[in-house]
Amino acid sequence: MLKILKYSFYDLMRSRWSYVYFLFYLLLGIVLLFLNNNLNKAVITLMNVIIVLVPLIGTIFGVMYYYNSKEFTELLLAQPVKRSSIFLGQYFGVALSLSMSLIVGLGLPFVFYGIFNSSAIWDFSLLLVTGTFLTLIFTALAFVIALANENKIKGFGYAILLWLFMAVIYDGVFLMSLMYFEDYPLDKFSLVATMLNPVDLSRVLILLKLDISALLGYTGAVFQQFFGTRLGLVLSTVTLALWVLVPTLFIYRMARRKDF
Amino acid sequence: MKKIYSIALVLLGSLMVCQPLSANTLEVCGKCDYTTISEAVAAAQPFDTVLVKQGTYAEYNIGIVKPLTLLGENNPVIDGQDKGEIITVQSDDVTVDGFTVVNVGTSYTTDYAAIRVVKSKRYTIKNCRLERLFFGIYLEKSSDGVVHNNYIQGDAVNEYNSGNGIQLWYCKNVEVTGNTVKNVRDGIYLEFSDHIDIRDNKSIDNLRYGLHFMFSNDDSYTNNLFQNNGAGVAVMFSKNIEMKNNVFRKNWGTAAFGLLLKEINDSEISGNTFEENTVGINIEGSNRIDYLHNDFKNNGWAVKVRGACYANIFKFNNFLYNSFDISYNSKLNDNGFDRNYWSNYTGYDLNKNGIGDVPYRPVKLFSYIVNRTPETIILLRSLFIDIIDFSEKVSPVFTPDNLLDENPQMKPIRHDTNR
Repeated sequence: MLKILKYSFYDLMRSRWSYVYFLFYLLLGIVLLFLNNNLNKAVITLMNVIIVLVPLIGTIFGVMYYYNSKEFTELLLAQPVKRSSIFLGQYFGVALSLSMSLIVGLGLPFVFYGIFNSSAIWDFSLLLVTGTFLTLIFTALAFVIALANENKIKGFGYAILLWLFMAVIYDGVFLMSLMYFEDYPLDKFSLVATMLNPVDLSRVLILLKLDISALLGYTGAVFQQFFGTRLGLVLSTVTLALWVLVPTLFIYRMARRKDF
Repeated sequence: MKKIYSIALVLLGSLMVCQPLSANTLEVCGKCDYTTISEAVAAAQPFDTVLVKQGTYAEYNIGIVKPLTLLGENNPVIDGQDKGEIITVQSDDVTVDGFTVVNVGTSYTTDYAAIRVVKSKRYTIKNCRLERLFFGIYLEKSSDGVVHNNYIQGDAVNEYNSGNGIQLWYCKNVEVTGNTVKNVRDGIYLEFSDHIDIRDNKSIDNLRYGLHFMFSNDDSYTNNLFQNNGAGVAVMFSKNIEMKNNVFRKNWGTAAFGLLLKEINDSEISGNTFEENTVGINIEGSNRIDYLHNDFKNNGWAVKVRGACYANIFKFNNFLYNSFDISYNSKLNDNGFDRNYWSNYTGYDLNKNGIGDVPYRPVKLFSYIVNRTPETIILLRSLFIDIIDFSEKVSPVFTPDNLLDENPQMKPIRHDTNR
């Protein structure tokens, strides 16, 4: 598996898209920092970008890579290699190269700006950690979708739909249910609903760390109380990890059973 | 105001003339005739001066019942040893100048103060430094006084066992100027006090409010700084208050605001700066107030309108980079917005007259939703919220459709040239 991971990783590292992705983040970081001159604000804007763009790019890239390298995959399948290691290797290759583009692309300008001497270092590392988690999650989901659909168009359609659901529709449904049930106590419900969606969970985790959390008022206090404790932190990490693990398991199982 | 002062001066002058002109100076120090302030005060004739030399005097309950000037040389320290009140003035024409007063007793039944003035007129308290106190300067049913250039540094931790820096209770015509109040419960507190002039003060790091009005009319506060207080400035149940050129800064927290207006009528708020407050101004049941030439910068909510607010006018204000500019909790609107600058405005100006051609709607749909269901705030900065805000901006359905600025400015207003 490691060999395939390495191959996929280097293959992607050499590809143009990785560089574009990397350069995009590099540019974003530089523009935000040196035109804005306010680290806290830069972190907020970055959060907005990360919770929308990272899942989108993760899904699209994952699906694209799978369909593109299909012929090579079929060639590999003819060799005496374990099936699961082929697909898992590819998955981790894609996810890791994307994460690296993100971390290095954003990290470099911040390091030059002097993040290590700033109190925002923890907010920033949280940003990178959630960004990495989101990449892992959405690439895995993309691979599951691609494995389940032979038809490229269908696969892309489902992938986009998945992103749309997580980033937009879910919040819409969430908002509607909050408004519909406004007569009931909603703290627990909103906590659970936030935990279930990795995009929302990342957003709230970052928001709570920033000054802006004071705007959240009473609800924010409830969330702060929950996520401020060790239990809350462990639970949210576990949820994010589950979001990575479960799709990975799906890849593993589907790869074993799939008929080529 | 000026007239009253000149009358007071004339009165003061005539009183001085009536008294024997041989006003003596009694000196207090370790080796003088008087070694304690109380002795000197008791021995003094009316209109004498008690000059206290440098040193530390462990005294409390210094009662002044005749017109005196109590003058501190090189900041003598009066240490109350936490035993109770320190200086109590119960006479007209008293001046307290240049003392450092420390260790006022804390009590749950009596409001001990460092300096208290009771039922007196024409008093002056200036250049004093108060530390480790319960109440600082407590003015009770006393008029025509001056509280000037004092420095009050408290060590308040809890609201229930701390006092206020400068408290005015049933007072009239008092000038409170140039004072600094830090870390007490309420920086400056006014109850039933009319015609009070509060100028050039700094109220910082206080537990509750920087400045607090209750049932006080015809007052003005100008050029003050209110920073990092529990909840900024509260003006409640008062009329004709003039609020000009103050700075409200960093009143940040889940229940904090820069300025709270509750049941305030016929007032003017102009030239103020509201910077980095959770809520810039929180308005409730306040009518006929003019908001002119204010700057709202980087607040969570610039203005939060809570209901029962009619005939208020917002003109020539700058709304810069607030998370929410205006929040309303109803579809009814009787307040006018005109010629403000909104940093969130995205319209255009084809005829180049400096006024946007498309009206600006300051109430976002999300702020309306949050008012209805507070829990929804957890969706702050979600992509979905941006989308519905945009669609509401294009065609308003939920927000009051007459709530708009017909003449949004294209450039920030420069207040000094535009007034």
